[in-house]
Amino acid sequence: MTNNLYTKDLNIWFGSKHVLKGIDIEFPEKKVTALIGPSGCGKSTLLRSFNRMHDLVPDARIEGMVSIDGQNIYQKGISVTDIRKRIGMVFQKANPFPKSIQENIAYGLKLNNLDASPAVIQKALEEVYLWDEVKDDLKKPATRLSGGQQQRLCIARAVALRPDVILMDEPCSALDPISTLKIEELIHQLKDQYTIVIVTHNMQQAQRVADKTIFMYLGEVKEEGATIDIFNNPQHEITKNYINGHFG
Amino acid sequence: MKYKNRILIDRVAQHTFKLTGYLVLALLGGIFGMLLYNAISFFLEVKPLDFLTGREWNPTAATPTYGILPLIVSTTIVAFGAMVIAIPLGIGTAAYISEYASPKVKNILKPLIEMLAAIPSVVIGFLGIVLVGPKIAELTDLPNGLNALNGSLLLAIMALPTIITISEDAIHAIPKTYREGSYALGANKWETLIKITIPAAAPGIIAAVMLGLGRAIGETMTVLMATGNAALFPQDFFDSVKTITATIAIEMGEVPYQTTHYFALFAIAIVLFFMTLIANLVGEYFINRFRKYHAA
Ligand SMILES: Nc1ncnc2c1ncn2[C@@H]1O[C@H](COP(=O)(O)OP(=O)(O)OP(=O)(O)O)[C@@H](O)[C@H]1O
Ligand SMILES: [Mg+2]
Repeated sequence: MTNNLYTKDLNIWFGSKHVLKGIDIEFPEKKVTALIGPSGCGKSTLLRSFNRMHDLVPDARIEGMVSIDGQNIYQKGISVTDIRKRIGMVFQKANPFPKSIQENIAYGLKLNNLDASPAVIQKALEEVYLWDEVKDDLKKPATRLSGGQQQRLCIARAVALRPDVILMDEPCSALDPISTLKIEELIHQLKDQYTIVIVTHNMQQAQRVADKTIFMYLGEVKEEGATIDIFNNPQHEITKNYINGHFG
Repeated sequence: MKYKNRILIDRVAQHTFKLTGYLVLALLGGIFGMLLYNAISFFLEVKPLDFLTGREWNPTAATPTYGILPLIVSTTIVAFGAMVIAIPLGIGTAAYISEYASPKVKNILKPLIEMLAAIPSVVIGFLGIVLVGPKIAELTDLPNGLNALNGSLLLAIMALPTIITISEDAIHAIPKTYREGSYALGANKWETLIKITIPAAAPGIIAAVMLGLGRAIGETMTVLMATGNAALFPQDFFDSVKTITATIAIEMGEVPYQTTHYFALFAIAIVLFFMTLIANLVGEYFINRFRKYHAA
């Protein structure tokens, strides 16, 4: 038994389409794990199964198990909102709510009956190194921030709930190189406290931020291991081709 | 040759539609001009201030009075009552259709609601007389149920399709990413709807309400049939009221041509024109704001 996030024989269908096939993986605690693989291989689908986002898709069918703290999150009777509080998510495109910066952080705190005092909000913003940039504009609409600032706000919003795991689906794909670097630095800081799973198409980024890398292909996990090993010594021809950009 | 033809058709179409566009403008200007022209004749005889602040409308008395206040108050309370009923119902229904209803229910509800808009107002007025009126009389111990409440109920029914349809569009247009962001923080469906989706759709919903209000203010036949048309200053929802629209419709048929009374009806029409215009302009303003907000 382990307290880490892991899956056991996880299968997902959308209608009759078998999108994830027998996924058995584990995410080491307080480490960064990168999910890589060609477009359409099921990275986002896998990530979204960890906080039960597929509950919103009527024709999604899930079999197998996703476990955290020794608890199957798909078990009957378990509180979905509680799972989502413990497993935070950052989306590909920054999606701050059309509210003020301060309200964006306070929203999740209030939902979960946590302290939403200015001090707590300040702390969350400091943790994502956004405080100095926004401290005079807390009442301004979050949508006026730059893309990179918005994405850090979305990370702050997730971090504020003190989750165990933070899921990030291509969090930098819409950002310029400077903002990307800032987010990567932030990920480095956050992994002291959180287990992080990041989907990325950027091989350099995977090598910069991830301790572990999982390569997926056509709905299966093809190869997994320490990032260094995956990139320096891939076992499969297809992994090698993908990370060297000779794909297809 | 073919190419030339296409250009020609393009030109003809362009000019035709330009013409219809200007025609609409000219009509609007023409109607307003006609109202104004006749109203001026009225204001030559009755002081505008007396007209606007007069508490009695009785043009056929021995000494006629032309106070528009009771009419404005009548129109306002009927429309206000209609909105009190229609706003929560309309937004609630829109939210239900957009967020909760299964595709099957949605496919039944949406056309049904649009059909509600197709019921002629005279039929709704009929309902007011034979159904709503007696029920109100029974419940309140009044001699009859032809009063402001009756009018409000009927106008609410008539404003609902507009409010529901436009609100539903607005709620539906809110990007999925907002909802997902909210769910990911542990919100349930209801919390997401109330705290994220509806506030984000607010400009569109306000536009819907304003257009519904415009409809309620301008509606004639229904209120004429259902509200009793007593020319008294209304005190509450159980009083009979005589709205601006009903006043014009009733009195225009009986009034001698080009008398003060005749011109007075044009003056109150101008007031009505401005009331609906403002409601519609505010509605348009919010629709545009909503569009801008979502383009960004
Ligand atoms: N809601 C859905 N309904 C039906 N099919 C879906 C749905 N979501 C994803 N799929 C399908 O599942 C497969 C995996 O999609 P997924 O988004 O997980 O890929 P991905 O690896 O994240 O790709 P990308 O790198 O382009 O983001 C795709 O074939 C996709 O078409
Ligand atoms: Mg994806």
